[in-house]
Amino acid sequence: MTDTPTDQPEAAPAPGPTEQLHGAYVTRPRGELVLHTVPAEYLGLVEQLRTDGYWLCVDLCAVDYLGSSADRGLPAEVEPQRFEVVVNLLDPASRSRVRLRCQVPGDEPVVPSLFAVHPGTEAPEREAFDLFGVVFEGHPDPTRILLPEDWEGHPLRRDADPGRIPVQFKAASNSR
Amino acid sequence: MTATDTPRTDAPAPVLDLGALDAARARLTSDQAVLRMSEHDAEQLSGYQGPTEEGLADRMIMNMGPVHPSTHGVLRLVLEMDGETVLRSKPVMGYLHTGMEKQAEQLSYLQGPTNVTRMDYASPLFNELAFSLATETLLGIEVPERAQWIRMLMTELNRISSHLLFMATNGMDIGAVGMMLYGWREREEVLRFFEMVTGLRMNHNYIRPGGVAADLPDGWRDEVRSLLEVIPERLEEWDTLLTGQPIWRERLQGVGVITTEEALSLGATGPILRSTGMAWDLRRDQPYLRYDDVEFDVVVGTYGDCFDRYAIRLAEMYESMKIVRQCLDKMPAGDYRVQDKKVTPPPRARIDESMEALIHHFKIFTEGYKVPEGEVYVAVESPRGELGCYIVSDGTSKPMRMHVRAPSFVNLQTLPHMMRDSFLADTVAIISSVDPIMGEVDR
Repeated sequence: MTDTPTDQPEAAPAPGPTEQLHGAYVTRPRGELVLHTVPAEYLGLVEQLRTDGYWLCVDLCAVDYLGSSADRGLPAEVEPQRFEVVVNLLDPASRSRVRLRCQVPGDEPVVPSLFAVHPGTEAPEREAFDLFGVVFEGHPDPTRILLPEDWEGHPLRRDADPGRIPVQFKAASNSR
Repeated sequence: MTATDTPRTDAPAPVLDLGALDAARARLTSDQAVLRMSEHDAEQLSGYQGPTEEGLADRMIMNMGPVHPSTHGVLRLVLEMDGETVLRSKPVMGYLHTGMEKQAEQLSYLQGPTNVTRMDYASPLFNELAFSLATETLLGIEVPERAQWIRMLMTELNRISSHLLFMATNGMDIGAVGMMLYGWREREEVLRFFEMVTGLRMNHNYIRPGGVAADLPDGWRDEVRSLLEVIPERLEEWDTLLTGQPIWRERLQGVGVITTEEALSLGATGPILRSTGMAWDLRRDQPYLRYDDVEFDVVVGTYGDCFDRYAIRLAEMYESMKIVRQCLDKMPAGDYRVQDKKVTPPPRARIDESMEALIHHFKIFTEGYKVPEGEVYVAVESPRGELGCYIVSDGTSKPMRMHVRAPSFVNLQTLPHMMRDSFLADTVAIISSVDPIMGEVDR
């Protein structure tokens, strides 16, 4: 199931309904296979793909699209939300990859945890919670992983200020 | 080495069935190995614990690290001990977290490699490579032939230097302190070549979107040839020194065993997955650059123990040297970076004679270049496993989101399962065999 890269520009508005796989909409930007899903169908889809041979959950991360007006490459049927949970799966036998993009609403960022399907998502899910505040329901250890336990806020959200430390020059007086 | 101990090469991918994978998953999720205890509790409860009503016998909670010579930097382990035996454990990380993924959103694509190169500081070129490949995919540019071969040459040498570092630290952790000096000495030889090419021993910022920063300098062939003469000799010495040595074997064989199904379920890649007998190497299975055009073997183990992981890394250095030799033979002439005015700064000499070139130079280095909208995931085989880079572009000159799939971060999840029911002294050997680099774990 290797995808041959097409010469067509990405996300050309396809005439007619978008292709589906296990009930999820399919796009193929630059030859990569991408499935679009929502929190309610997400867990079942990953389990289904695992029985299809996508045994290795390579990566899980979150993306915050707050304030972005860019084209996100979503099919017309998928309603864009603030957050996305992006999961990369790998099928070692057929050497193919698939990427899941799960739309997660900003006012209720909750998705089911993949721990029961792929135990290897434990740390990446903790990271996504830590940095974006996406809650993974059913996670065995829903705590912060990179930041201190008493940290407030989720720094990789677009509305989190990166903050600055003023440069201190040796010769400058501290009267500023 | 006897025949049974020699790592096999080029084994076919084992046929796995879903039932075995399900069984491994049930084992892994049953909570027998991972200690789910908050960092605060681990500090409070540190010391003797009486038997609990839930049926746990008396045991001891112990904090190992974050400042411990065998934890490779700042990894902390919370261990639940029964006497000298480890029951459950939990790796605690984040002591080196510096927000590099957030930082990447403030930096242009041209500045990106400077940032990512600091993640896995033992193999910086791989980080740059993953980032550059992802950016190039979004830009839709094809890098010149020579640049691809230079990238291959440099990353394979980097794989050698990274494994040399592993040999050094692994020896030190296990008590073969002499090995630390030898490993460090040979790594320095490779880093000297890097310094000659990139100007820096580490954190090179050499591989950039569009190609590499500079062409290989005069005399690079002689330098590489002398490396290829020195290193195999030394590897032979180490093989004699360590591989057959009874103490070394006692410390590593049968320690930290993991199965293929467990490794797959936990997302472990690289030498950990290969040590279980599964031949999975992105260089062969999903080739990037020009790996299609070179001959090399994928080295796999049999038992999935610490010794296999040591032997695989030792053997992989020979394979990398094979690739480096082929790079020497096949290095084509041509450009070392793409001639695309949008992403390539003008040559230095042009800046002195042309106002337009100066403006062009200034614009590229201050504003950067715009990258088309879209998202992409690109993976390369780093010395520690699959190193992925996920970039979301919103059409501006800075990524909207840049995420690095760090192999060490994921591989650390195998620790509690490999350490279950082993001795405390073995934990040191097990941590060492995972070869985590905390810079990329915490990012």
